[in-house]
Amino acid sequence: MAKLKGRGYASVNYPTGMNLGGDPSQALIHSTTTGTFVVSLSSVDLGQGLKTVVAQCAAEVLGLPFENILIDTADTDTGPHCMGTFASRGTHRVGNAVIMAAAEAREVMLAVAADELEVDPGDLETDGTGFIAVKGAEEKRIHITDLALAAHFKHGRTISGRGIFLKEQSTVVPETGEMDPDSCQAHACTVAVVEVDDETGVVEVLEMHNAYEIGRALNPAMVTQQVEGGAWMGMSHALFEATEPYYPARDHGPADFTEYLMPGPADIARQYSVILERPADNGPFGAKGIGEMTANAPIPAIANAIFDACGVRVETMPFTPERVLRDLDALKGTT
Amino acid sequence: MTGYKVIGSAVQRSDALGHVTGRTEFFEDLNPPGLLHLKMARSERHHARLAGIDTSEAEKTKGVVRILTADDIPNNLFTPLKLIGVEPDDEPILAEGTVRYRGEPICAVIAETEAAAYEGAAKVVVDYEDLPAVFDVEEALREGAPIVNEHQRTNFFTYEGHHCRRIRFGDVEQAFAQADHVFEWRYQSAPIEHAPTETTGCIVVPQADGRLRIHSDTQACFFTLDNTALILGTPFNKLRIVGGTVGGGFGGKVDVVVEPVSCVAAMLTGRPVKFVYNRREEMQVSSPRAAERIIIKDAVMSGGRITGRQVTLYVDSGAYARHSPYGTTKAAAHLPGPYAIPNVWADCHCVFTNRTPSSAMRGFGVTIADFALESQMDRIARALDMDPLQLRLINAYRDGDLTAHRKPAEGTALIEVIQKAAEMVGHDLPAEFQEMSSWQS
Amino acid sequence: MPSSVVNLTVNGREQEFLARPAESLLTSLRDRLGLMAAKRGCAQGSCGTCTVLVDDKPVMSCLVAVETIEAAEVRTLEGVADGERLDEVQQAFLDGFATQCGFCTAGMIMTAEALLAENPDPTHDEVVEAISGNVCRCTGYRAIVAAILDAAGRRK
Repeated sequence: MAKLKGRGYASVNYPTGMNLGGDPSQALIHSTTTGTFVVSLSSVDLGQGLKTVVAQCAAEVLGLPFENILIDTADTDTGPHCMGTFASRGTHRVGNAVIMAAAEAREVMLAVAADELEVDPGDLETDGTGFIAVKGAEEKRIHITDLALAAHFKHGRTISGRGIFLKEQSTVVPETGEMDPDSCQAHACTVAVVEVDDETGVVEVLEMHNAYEIGRALNPAMVTQQVEGGAWMGMSHALFEATEPYYPARDHGPADFTEYLMPGPADIARQYSVILERPADNGPFGAKGIGEMTANAPIPAIANAIFDACGVRVETMPFTPERVLRDLDALKGTT
Repeated sequence: MTGYKVIGSAVQRSDALGHVTGRTEFFEDLNPPGLLHLKMARSERHHARLAGIDTSEAEKTKGVVRILTADDIPNNLFTPLKLIGVEPDDEPILAEGTVRYRGEPICAVIAETEAAAYEGAAKVVVDYEDLPAVFDVEEALREGAPIVNEHQRTNFFTYEGHHCRRIRFGDVEQAFAQADHVFEWRYQSAPIEHAPTETTGCIVVPQADGRLRIHSDTQACFFTLDNTALILGTPFNKLRIVGGTVGGGFGGKVDVVVEPVSCVAAMLTGRPVKFVYNRREEMQVSSPRAAERIIIKDAVMSGGRITGRQVTLYVDSGAYARHSPYGTTKAAAHLPGPYAIPNVWADCHCVFTNRTPSSAMRGFGVTIADFALESQMDRIARALDMDPLQLRLINAYRDGDLTAHRKPAEGTALIEVIQKAAEMVGHDLPAEFQEMSSWQS
Repeated sequence: MPSSVVNLTVNGREQEFLARPAESLLTSLRDRLGLMAAKRGCAQGSCGTCTVLVDDKPVMSCLVAVETIEAAEVRTLEGVADGERLDEVQQAFLDGFATQCGFCTAGMIMTAEALLAENPDPTHDEVVEAISGNVCRCTGYRAIVAAILDAAGRRK
């Protein structure tokens, strides 16, 4: 009886956006009388953090503090169309739509500020603090609250903007599979370190090292959430999960969390993650989608680590103790 | 330095305060007065003709208000991707004459309490005449296999006249003939459940103006609204979806399975209706990630260059199409993985079997393919006694390479993530591999 | 069987309400008292999203028949903050990015509150053991464990 240690590798790419495109999302943005910008959407936050990250996009483009942005979603009576949250499209599609809307609103904001300050709009800049100031003459400035009040009550103008992002739908040539499926590709390489108990077949994942290239990390803490949570899910897929454990037989289907097993907090691996950035031309500030891909590389990395540890080549998911043990027995010529 | 003020900074999540105080509103946190509860009577058979449905005892159950069958649903047959032109409609909201998987909804029981709805559902008596069923993707494709879904005519989804989604790039047969090594292995996965902590559900509330307000944990508000309106046969603006806050989705909440029947229930009773999956339904009835079977055959030169890759991929769609035809095309687009392989042949089959329909799940089409592709890479490296990272770097795609779906690659960075991972674990790479770059050929 | 009158002290407030026979504490909290922080993830005691404190002990409220805890003191996530001032566990979850979808958060925080009340200086393994009945599908748990340890440190 021994615990056998092994290391395995996997490198992957993953597409951003609904396959073949044709999946628009819109954003509308307007300033309240006191300079809060409301971004109206119908997009859904599943917990990946869409509301936060698109607010960051709006704040950056407007040149205002993050706190000046409110996200109003998701109500189909008040929010413009969004295709939905899937296919790692939210940050890319909605982010781009918000950037476009915010850019249009910024233009109005600067035009009104130019009137107020009696300068040319091209001479104005924002610094993220809430002031619009004349370049090189920072004392000549106006705060967004005063500006929004003036726009509304004095100039009769709405500081607002419209945005949409659409990747035109591609059709597949059915004979060859020629198509334009994606907007960009993100990349990852995972190294898994496992320990296999050759008496029980239990595989323990000790370490996962994740290198990701995602264009731009718009919020690095939330990127880490996706990488860590996805690696956990990949490990869970690899070792535990199946609604039909003896597929294609339909028997033994788990009905709840006591039967459908997933790694608990005591089973998690030590994770080390590094993010690389190669901005995508069509991404919001260069960002690519990473929500979905983070579960992918860990699965083969663990499979390959199991082989490295004990010589068992797992071909069927999940790599349960029963499967690993049967293969170990076959390797040893025992049953 | 990017010069950005907000982008690239770890600002606090705007939803976190609501989560830690318990104030975040999920759809089920609404409790409108007069709320009715909907529960399903479901098929106990894999494939059967419905000879009779007797709801008389169920109707007598205290608290049961009404029982819906297929006849109550205006446009009972649908497929969610009809919104992007996918045909045919192949799935009933409530079973019509036939059930095609164990767990398929047959009758919807509407009651004053959840307990009464469950009790009523348990008292629905269904007379089944069993039909032959098929569970294995390759068996389903054999001549003479029982047809799972007559609306599809065959046990495979038809792609513009083709029995599968194909990739044809270069000449794999020639690559196999000229290769130093040919490796062929197969891989299999089982269905996987999204298992969000919040189950799928909705609450429909009739409004003063005659419209319906649907509080839902859908991942796609307008997608759900448009599909629901088509099923109800109502103008689209009769419906309003309020959502946007979801207790985990992972792809499991884009199937439009709870809203249409709940809307019918609300319209027929004039009262608010809640339909939320219990944990068992979420595990066994809600659509999982498809099981896949993948066979990969590679032509490899002795230096490690892969010159041809042939992939046969089967996606087990279960009894209905839902999002699986899309996922199968996404799988085809992903092949042969992030490698520049000059000859690629792929047949990706979307196959119908008598099981719970599979559908979207985090990375579907790609996740299981990556398990197969990256296991294959490891096996090739070991067969050639090569460093597994060097094998990948030799074959890595770079900017300007033409992918198998004939799109020039751009923004690639596979080489860089491999180099970074090697550095993280102290895996030494020779200088020539350390100097490689994705954007220089 | 008729409904019965139940008296509880919930988050310091005395509550009197009618409950159906075998009604769960979770149902009473949500449907009778309008306290929605505790979630129904499984209704069978296997996910922990409905965890609340009954007389300072963490319980899965979906498994407790409310008529059996007459006169008990119940604490839910709504009763943790002092007005707008978050307590240490809440603040640590917020600062430590320990939430994603948020559906498990109430149960996690209440479990942590019970642990820290009994054991103000838990080890990593004690935290892990305490939350082992709480399912999270998003985070992979590391940030949650770290946040609870961080909260213990903040209370010292």
